[in-house]
Amino acid sequence: MTPVLDIEGLSKGFTLHHLGNQIAAFNDISFQVAAGEFVLLKGSNGAGKSTLLRTLYRSYLPQAGIIRFHSDHGPIDLARAADIDITHLRRTEIGFVTQFLQARPRVSAEAIVAEPLRLHGVPAEAALTRARAALATFGVKQDLWKAYPTTFSGGEQQKVNLARALILPQKLLLLDEPTASLDATARAALVSRLAELKAAGTALIGVFHHPGDVEKLIDRVVDLTPEITQTEERMDVDI
Amino acid sequence: MTLTLDAPRIVTTHPLVQVRNVSKSYGPVQALRDVSALAYPGEVLGIVGESGSGKSTLLRMMNLEETPDTGSYTLDLPDVSGNLFDLDRFARRMLCATCIGIVYQNPHLGLLMKHSSSGNVAERLLVAGERSFATLRAKASAALEASEFPLDRLDAPPIELSGGMQQRVQLAKAIALEPALLLLDEPTTGLDVSVQALVLDTLKRLQQERRITMVIVSHDLGVIRTLADRVMVMRGGAVVEAGLTDQIFQDPQHAYTQQLVHAKL
Repeated sequence: MTPVLDIEGLSKGFTLHHLGNQIAAFNDISFQVAAGEFVLLKGSNGAGKSTLLRTLYRSYLPQAGIIRFHSDHGPIDLARAADIDITHLRRTEIGFVTQFLQARPRVSAEAIVAEPLRLHGVPAEAALTRARAALATFGVKQDLWKAYPTTFSGGEQQKVNLARALILPQKLLLLDEPTASLDATARAALVSRLAELKAAGTALIGVFHHPGDVEKLIDRVVDLTPEITQTEERMDVDI
Repeated sequence: MTLTLDAPRIVTTHPLVQVRNVSKSYGPVQALRDVSALAYPGEVLGIVGESGSGKSTLLRMMNLEETPDTGSYTLDLPDVSGNLFDLDRFARRMLCATCIGIVYQNPHLGLLMKHSSSGNVAERLLVAGERSFATLRAKASAALEASEFPLDRLDAPPIELSGGMQQRVQLAKAIALEPALLLLDEPTTGLDVSVQALVLDTLKRLQQERRITMVIVSHDLGVIRTLADRVMVMRGGAVVEAGLTDQIFQDPQHAYTQQLVHAKL
């Protein structure tokens, strides 16, 4: 299997200067993810699941350890990579999906969805065509495609967000509870898009409040609850 | 306790802007202490800090309005070389007109308030050597249109315009010559919230369409969060922390940055 990510001894805590103390999030985490693998992060609230995802994306700075990412440019340690390299990788190889859309005033739904393609060099018309198809798949009505998502309901914004976040196939995709508060149609669309990306070789690491949604896709579970054996193999996966 | 970051390995282009070890004192006041800043082509660098932190002084130096006591400044552009602080007045003026655009918080600093708006933009082109009236008018209109300035008000002097419109004239003037570097000093401070959103949106669109490198100074963290790829936090004339925008906002390391981020509503 082609390796995508090797995580070794990764630790993260937060120093809160105004309280003069340290809060530990997770300590000495190690696991690997290969192309086309789906890893579920498990653990009680506060075990550091979202913190781990954000550390891999480098929204959080790790305190120790190695995050070896096998990029198109060769292996690079995301824990120590220069900011400009991280910016480049986020635009080309590493995606992050949350449940929240960062809507901008006066930007239409289809333009927001097309943006990652545009930044990747896809011509405007082709990008819009693919954006519209993605919006349709997630069940956003055609009347809304040219409207500004700032005025959409939470559920509709979330669909726009997913369409955008999943439009460009990436090497590594980090998923932070993307199914929360989605309706059945959108959930099904999400699961089928994830299956498609997985089959195409994307490595996926996700936190799901209701893992049942993606059960068939999960290859491995990494438990972040302290003092627990770390990984469990799932042999019953038929993808 | 954090890890030291490596030098860039994937992105091998040179930074467009390199400010190195700049210090400046005004009498007993040290405005800048050994400040260094980089911006890569197409990148938006945000500089935050309270009043007196030195952020605007640094921006004025990038616009070659001031010379530091020590330090260097280079722009990685064809036909531009050496420490720009060493240039004479004439060379500075030429370089600023052709390669650098600036938008000030106070429109009076950037505009002739009683001349027409299109004239204000055309003046920039004149400095750069454009002489044909038709070309001047056409280029000025194009820049004003890109800044979303209403074209039926081309001849109105800025003094008759609202604050948001004045900022658009400044922006048009700044981008008329398609500069490699756009400097923004509190571009939305003092504007209504709704106008602020429009100006931000215009800036974001211009940045995406033209991939202009921008350095934006603001004490408004919302503005920085919307526009910047990377943020530098200044205090007392020194840089306390720099990093990716989401990292600075979500995982600030320095005590002062934590205070600043947590003070945001």
